[in-house]
Amino acid sequence: MALTPTEVSRIAQLARLELRDDEQAAMLTQLNEFFAIVEKMRAVDTSGVEPLYTPLSAIEDVTLRLREDTVTEGDNREANMANAPARDEGLFLVPKVIE
Amino acid sequence: MSAMTALPLHDLTLAQQSQALNSGQTTSVALTQHALDRIAAHAALGAFLHVDADGALAAAAAADARRAAGQTLGPLDGVPIAHKDIFVTQGQPTTAASKMLKGYQSPFDATVVAQLKAAGVVSVGKLNCDEFAMGGANENSAYAKARNPWDTTRIPGGSSGGSAVAVAARLVAATTGTDTGGSIRQPAALTGITGIKPTYGRCSRFGMIAFASSLDQAGPMARTDEDCALMLDAMSGFDERDATSAEQVRLHNGDLTANRPGVIGRDLAALSLAQLADPARPLAGLRVGVPQEFFGDGVSADVLAATRAALAQLEALGATLVDVSLPRTELSIPVYYIIAPAEASSNLSRFDGVKFGHRAQKYGDLNDMYRKTRAEGFGPEVKRRIMIGAYVLSHGYYDAYYLQAQKLRRMIADDFQAAFKVCDVIAGPVAPTVARAIGSSTDPLQEYLADIFTLPASLAGLPGMSVPCGFSDSGLQRPLPIGLQLIGNYWQEAQLLHAAHAFQQATDWHQRQPAAQA
Repeated sequence: MALTPTEVSRIAQLARLELRDDEQAAMLTQLNEFFAIVEKMRAVDTSGVEPLYTPLSAIEDVTLRLREDTVTEGDNREANMANAPARDEGLFLVPKVIE
Repeated sequence: MSAMTALPLHDLTLAQQSQALNSGQTTSVALTQHALDRIAAHAALGAFLHVDADGALAAAAAADARRAAGQTLGPLDGVPIAHKDIFVTQGQPTTAASKMLKGYQSPFDATVVAQLKAAGVVSVGKLNCDEFAMGGANENSAYAKARNPWDTTRIPGGSSGGSAVAVAARLVAATTGTDTGGSIRQPAALTGITGIKPTYGRCSRFGMIAFASSLDQAGPMARTDEDCALMLDAMSGFDERDATSAEQVRLHNGDLTANRPGVIGRDLAALSLAQLADPARPLAGLRVGVPQEFFGDGVSADVLAATRAALAQLEALGATLVDVSLPRTELSIPVYYIIAPAEASSNLSRFDGVKFGHRAQKYGDLNDMYRKTRAEGFGPEVKRRIMIGAYVLSHGYYDAYYLQAQKLRRMIADDFQAAFKVCDVIAGPVAPTVARAIGSSTDPLQEYLADIFTLPASLAGLPGMSVPCGFSDSGLQRPLPIGLQLIGNYWQEAQLLHAAHAFQQATDWHQRQPAAQA
């Protein structure tokens, strides 16, 4: 199974990455080389095996912790927004999305 | 003591610096200024992305004042270290070695940074690494290549390359690193220093810029096992702000205890006490598993020879060697390179040019802004991994790739548990070869394949360590270091550190110094 240039474009769109033509061509070659070694993995019979999403569940039951639904952080809006590329009056600015 | 302080300050280990501070033979300001001078003199090594001289000297003066007032915070109070630029730091910029985060100032400290600060360490700056910790050569940094102090035409390994260089060149005695698929162990091996990746969940991931959340762990890098133990003991502990932080850890004797700083030190002390019965054979009773898959054709002769000599040394110290098998070692490469990019593509979706980080200068609509921002902000390896991740998670491919990889991950973890039925630690090479030349690799896939021996423990979430075990001079202009990997069962960091300590008492590989950086 080899990826096509169309699929690479589709993935780039999913990943929100603009790729130049030369980048896209190199990516196609590299991804296909990569997926060639992945074929070995696909061939293994894993029927009945539980996926291991988090490592410690290999040896014990891991349950997600829940915390009280309370405010734990104070108001730190200035510091938290200080790195924003564009902002105004406590709002992040983005290009117009609704006409 | 007098002999020790006759050494230049940079030759002191972290533990020796701590003793020299306690005995009043030096000050934190003197240690810190000396580190700053050495960092400046060795800037060409590319270890640092940011040096905070003023902040470090102020923190050092505060440490000296605490000591004078009899209010010292503990053994690390006043010792200079540096953080990998993957940890966010308040007051020092954080970039993850990416253009995406150029100039980023975090409003908070990572938990590991905060814990070390609470222990009194002085942070002198931020260390170079591969962009977003993706790479094994430090060649993917957007800012500078880091150079191996043993031969500056060679890579130091990665992704914690700057962390390794800073310790190997004796700029600081210890650094922090992160390890997702080998990023502490491999650069430690390639630069002749000691590093440990703890059990997944031992150290908080809060404020560690996320690459692959089910694999990422923080850990220390230093010259000796003793210094690694001091650092790790201060860095570890439960953190409610990390959803996968462990509330409890298991001691070597099997008891459960709360995960907090100090636990490893106590566990290690108990192990050391037990060894006093037979001081000549400190590893008596330790069963060392030797996986045949780690000693195959892909490993270079010099690495094989040094690793086998290290195994013989462990045996001489009382350990017993046991053959074990990790049959899915080779499969760990595709499994890791599906899971890690999948998690990375999800984690890195936050870099959209809106809340922080780079934003493209020119763009059309919102979607175009995202695409151009990310095209400009990310380097080639990061883009490659985002693409792999987006693909394997996309509709119609999830089961075939991501789910299959997670099932194999369970099988890999089960293989380790089968091996640990007959052994206590597993030993083998860290990397198949010594450090290659900078710029000598053009094929990303070859780089992935070289991670083969560090990936299995990462996938299983087990603690792994790299300990200097020899040098290669075959066909080389300058000798290059080789590392021994020790892998322990869950929460058995003390056992790894104990074995490494016995090994380092009997060998001097970790004391060697790159001649050019004296």
